[in-house]
Amino acid sequence: MFAASLIIFGATQALPGDAARSILGRAAQPESLAALRHQLGLDKPVWQQYWEWISGVFSGDLGSSLANGLAVTDVLGERLLYSSFLMLIAAAISIPFGIVLGAVSARKRDSAFDQTAGVATLGLAALPEFVVGITLAVLFSTTVFHILPSVVVTEEGVGPWHYPKEFVLPVLTLVIAVVPYTSRIMRASTVEILESDFVEMARLKGLSERRVLWRHAVPNALAPTFQVTALNLAYLAGGIVVVETVFNYPGIGSLLVESVRARDMPTVQAIALLITGLYVVLNLLADLATILVSPRLRTSLE
Amino acid sequence: MSDLAAAETAEVGRAEKRTRPWRVLMLTAWAQHRTKIGLGITLLLVGIALIGPFLAPYPPDQGVEGQLPFAQPSSDAWFGTDAIGRDVLSRFLWGGISVLILAGLSTAIGVSLGVAVGLIAARARGKLDDVLMRTMDVLLSFPQIVFALILAATVGPNLWLLVGAVALTTMPRAARVARGAAVEIVQRDFVRAAEAIGLPRRQILFGEVLPNIASPLIVETTLRLTFNVAVVAGLSFLGFGLQPPAADWGLMINENRNGLTLQPWPVLLPVIAIALLTIGTSLVGDGINRAMIGIERGSRGSE
Repeated sequence: MFAASLIIFGATQALPGDAARSILGRAAQPESLAALRHQLGLDKPVWQQYWEWISGVFSGDLGSSLANGLAVTDVLGERLLYSSFLMLIAAAISIPFGIVLGAVSARKRDSAFDQTAGVATLGLAALPEFVVGITLAVLFSTTVFHILPSVVVTEEGVGPWHYPKEFVLPVLTLVIAVVPYTSRIMRASTVEILESDFVEMARLKGLSERRVLWRHAVPNALAPTFQVTALNLAYLAGGIVVVETVFNYPGIGSLLVESVRARDMPTVQAIALLITGLYVVLNLLADLATILVSPRLRTSLE
Repeated sequence: MSDLAAAETAEVGRAEKRTRPWRVLMLTAWAQHRTKIGLGITLLLVGIALIGPFLAPYPPDQGVEGQLPFAQPSSDAWFGTDAIGRDVLSRFLWGGISVLILAGLSTAIGVSLGVAVGLIAARARGKLDDVLMRTMDVLLSFPQIVFALILAATVGPNLWLLVGAVALTTMPRAARVARGAAVEIVQRDFVRAAEAIGLPRRQILFGEVLPNIASPLIVETTLRLTFNVAVVAGLSFLGFGLQPPAADWGLMINENRNGLTLQPWPVLLPVIAIALLTIGTSLVGDGINRAMIGIERGSRGSE
């Protein structure tokens, strides 16, 4: 995490252009350039700039946006709410759906259902998010049916829950991006578990096939699935960048794209750090969840 | 499959060992429908991208005479015109090659670097292994597209940078696979034997170990290629790839997105093409992966 922050800062510092010059334009007077550089702290040594930035991060001060002079935390606030709302809903739908789909596929292994699900998830997993998003927009909003809005237009100060209709397509896009991975891993690990001795034991005890699957096999198959799910949520943290842009969704992803275009470094740094932090935390959670959910590992821990 | 196991146990005949697993893998993969279908789709798209420019009825960057922006399909322009009145079909036919080159190049560079890092880490163990793999972990802690965006923010849109950024995000993933597969190989007797007769380290790694981890690497390469097509097209779509007036599938989608209600074709054609390309490469990857798993099971069973 520390190394990642160094890279983010290092990469954004290595820029050949000069932030002060890009704000004031080419015709700027040398004196005003120097003044602005001083104001932005650009005349200090690099390590000192890094220190000020990183200590600012810990005290909740991310500097101010170069584009509009507002504090980055203020710019981020509402966007962050929108993005987390989007990700949470997408996760709440896709995780259980993926797990059930994978478990059922494993149970009906090699059946028509399993084959169809296998090919469908393989194909969908390969598609880039913006392809899925635009296809959905064409299908449901612009060309074939006209039932859902393809662009999210929001007012300031209104929470994301005021726009249920606008949410459908972005959420659906993210769900389609994540479900294939979850269900494929779930299927693979359930198949493996269903062949193991203790499942055979449970069957021999005379338990119903359904009980064997959901009470004995699935809990053990969840471990790798949790890991993949957390990884994919982390992947969603990157995916929202594209999906939010497709639907003009006012979250941190589209803000990142706008800030990169405007070369608004403090905002880019803040969002990159945020998304990367989320990514790292989710990866850690994945490892933790794996240990907690799997009976085998849990007992070995005690 | 049994002759593979035989080759595995018979340590003599190194040349045999070098070619056989590779050929068995390809033949087994080819026996699967999905590999054939996937390869067919991929080749079709590659064909469009390569030959397309010669078939295009108009130059990619000029308007069609007498056509308004977002004109509907007609005999002059089969798929209509785009946001500034250029022929959609021509731009589509010109716009595939950039996606292929960028994705292919970044995958090739990224996987080569990753394999080198993975092999060195697996061979070295100890401190160097730790340092290399932790560095890879740091690179892995960025989502691919965010990493590329940070670089784009710093230097501005630049194609070499884009290839470099995507390659850099490909590297750690390939390195993990390479190291994982090689760790076990470097302890085998034939590697020890090669060390004993004093072969140089580089020759041992790339001549002896590399052919033995070819299967997982091929699978990983097709997987990374699929992802990189998506990332490269995605970056173009976000406006950080090729710059106008270039013809590029991702850029086409970006330019014509606002006219989706008026004229869907300039968006739909590249969307369909990118979708098919990624599905095609992933089918091929899945076919090879299944073949690899099948071979592993077979050889384990007969040992």
